[in-house]
Amino acid sequence: MKFMKFKWLYFGISLLILIPGIYSLIRYGLRLSIDFTGGTLLEIQATGSANFAGVAKDQNLELYSVQSTGDNSYLLRFKPLSQEENDKFKKALGDAVEKRFETVGPLIGKELTQKAILSIILASLFIILYIAWSFRSIPKPYASWKFGVSAVIALLHDVFVVLGLFSLFGHYFHVEIDSLFVTAILTVIGFSVHDTIVVFDRIRENLTKHPRVNFTQIVDFSIAETLNRSLSTSLTVTLTLTALLLFGGESIRWFVVALLIGIVSGTYSSIFNAAPLLVLWENKKHG
Amino acid sequence: MRQFIFFLFLLLACFLVLMPATIKIGPRTLYRPQIKYRDLEFHLGLDLQGGTHLVYQADTGKIAAADRADAVKATKDNIERRVNLLGVSESLVQTSQVGSDSRLIIELPGISDVAEAINTIGATAQLEFRESAVATPSAQTDFTSTGLTGADLKLAQVQFGGSSDQISGTPSVGIEFSPDGGKKFAEITKRNIDKPLAIFLDNQLVSAPNVQQEITGGQAVISGQFTLDEAKRLVVQLNAGALPVPIKIVEQKNIGATLGSESITKSLFAGFVGLLLIWLFMAANYGIKGLLADFALIIYILITLSVFKLVPVTLTLAGIAGFILSIGMAVDANILIFERMKEEIRWGRPVSAAMELGFHRAWNSIRDSNVSSLITAGILFWFGSGPVRGFALTLILGILVSLFTSITVTRSLLRLVYTRK
Repeated sequence: MKFMKFKWLYFGISLLILIPGIYSLIRYGLRLSIDFTGGTLLEIQATGSANFAGVAKDQNLELYSVQSTGDNSYLLRFKPLSQEENDKFKKALGDAVEKRFETVGPLIGKELTQKAILSIILASLFIILYIAWSFRSIPKPYASWKFGVSAVIALLHDVFVVLGLFSLFGHYFHVEIDSLFVTAILTVIGFSVHDTIVVFDRIRENLTKHPRVNFTQIVDFSIAETLNRSLSTSLTVTLTLTALLLFGGESIRWFVVALLIGIVSGTYSSIFNAAPLLVLWENKKHG
Repeated sequence: MRQFIFFLFLLLACFLVLMPATIKIGPRTLYRPQIKYRDLEFHLGLDLQGGTHLVYQADTGKIAAADRADAVKATKDNIERRVNLLGVSESLVQTSQVGSDSRLIIELPGISDVAEAINTIGATAQLEFRESAVATPSAQTDFTSTGLTGADLKLAQVQFGGSSDQISGTPSVGIEFSPDGGKKFAEITKRNIDKPLAIFLDNQLVSAPNVQQEITGGQAVISGQFTLDEAKRLVVQLNAGALPVPIKIVEQKNIGATLGSESITKSLFAGFVGLLLIWLFMAANYGIKGLLADFALIIYILITLSVFKLVPVTLTLAGIAGFILSIGMAVDANILIFERMKEEIRWGRPVSAAMELGFHRAWNSIRDSNVSSLITAGILFWFGSGPVRGFALTLILGILVSLFTSITVTRSLLRLVYTRK
């Protein structure tokens, strides 16, 4: 199989998904939840006639939005409320049942943003270092740190695929990014690298075994050899995630969607981005 | 054979940890073994059992930098006492340091009256003894401070009976002063003989008994018209005193109990469906080897759940999702090994040699890929809090256990099958 012959096609497919996402990221950004922005989220079950806006206005509460979640339930977003304000508000509504009440101060939100960015940077850095170390025995003239960098480019690809799509989801379906989403992104990073390493590991083994074969060919049959495994593993993970998506309930739905997209993208990028990048890089230097 | 006995022991240990507290079989009852420090129950996070999560910011601005850590610790202890007063089981009070900010994280599972909880936590109970300039004071303002306050208190406790003018059996609050406080109390009582000495709590008059004589023992009794509950509450508040550091709420999450139990049922069902799909996939794809991997997967689940109980890991919705995800990833090592075996057989090796080589050669990939997953999970654990941490911890434990089961367990089972011929 000559996988590497079509490397530009693979990059093209990636760009096809990345460009609309990145455009949306720049144009609309991400729809951030109160975890990041600070504020109050109140989910209540109330009779259909409840006049949320009126009550909020009477009590001088800043109500940003009301969203129906079915079953007579509503998601209300406020500027941060205290427990007393919450109780007073519910009392004025009559027979409202509180399902969820979350208040996040603006300070906490800012910290989460910083932490999220820092942890993604740190994870990438550690992964480059680990791969560089773990692949140090690779025969010359190939450099182990290039394996690390390629793996990280592939993982950034996955991160931006998920971010971009969620920016679009946010714009069109009002999907919000919360702290669980950050968790999903980091899990995707872990999985993406997990997958890339399996392919790279085979390349390393074949480089030692067949020192005379050129790099492109080595990559080609390394991918062919690991393809079954890559697809099988992705399939098992996708199966469990699909089960979670269908039966796992509302509160983790978008968390699971983020994982699912990231894992499909991770499998794709390990085979069709990380390895071709390595080929491009090595061939440029060694002709 | 030795390995067989080992597995039997392992399964038995898992069973003992995972079994419910008692099992009734006919006339007999099986009891789960008890171990120290662990109750061997699953610990459910707030999102699964409902409750309130509070984060307070401690304002340490007025406290010298060197004393801050102690002040926050003392505040935490006080809040812990107040939380215990609420009678919430499995409540949690933690401090966390973010940059120069000190935070207190409080989790109150299954609580219904959040407003009362918040009031109790933030309440300040300031005890003060005040004396009167006139013989028969008529208003609270007739009393002036004596300088004897809650800070001079050593201990407060509920007692019955107490002072002479009370019917025995009525609860009152006995207090014991520190040595300094005892001296002050003696002086105050000496100069106020036959005059009322008022006990104020948070600027409210509690009682103003007449002093009959100088009290030198360093002990006193507050006897208002207390019910037992009121007396108990007062004791806790006195012991806790005012919070050493002012606090304010910066984050609050209330989760209804029904939402939680719905989530458990749903995610358990989803996990079961996912597991079933993996079983079918492995068996269809790898035949007898797949069935052995399926068996190893059951052992994986049993061990991981046991570890969750033993650590103990607080299970959150995200944590359960992480566990279900890890079931999918746990078979990865087996897939790597089996694919490698297929290749070795294709290259003309006999089955038993291919098996050993499969395990041996797949190891590099398995190690490197799992280390990278551990790195990201570790960073998640380090940076995250609450649900994020729970997810990271389940993922880390899942990866470690899966390394053991998918390699050791599957290998022993495979050897058993293939060496018999």
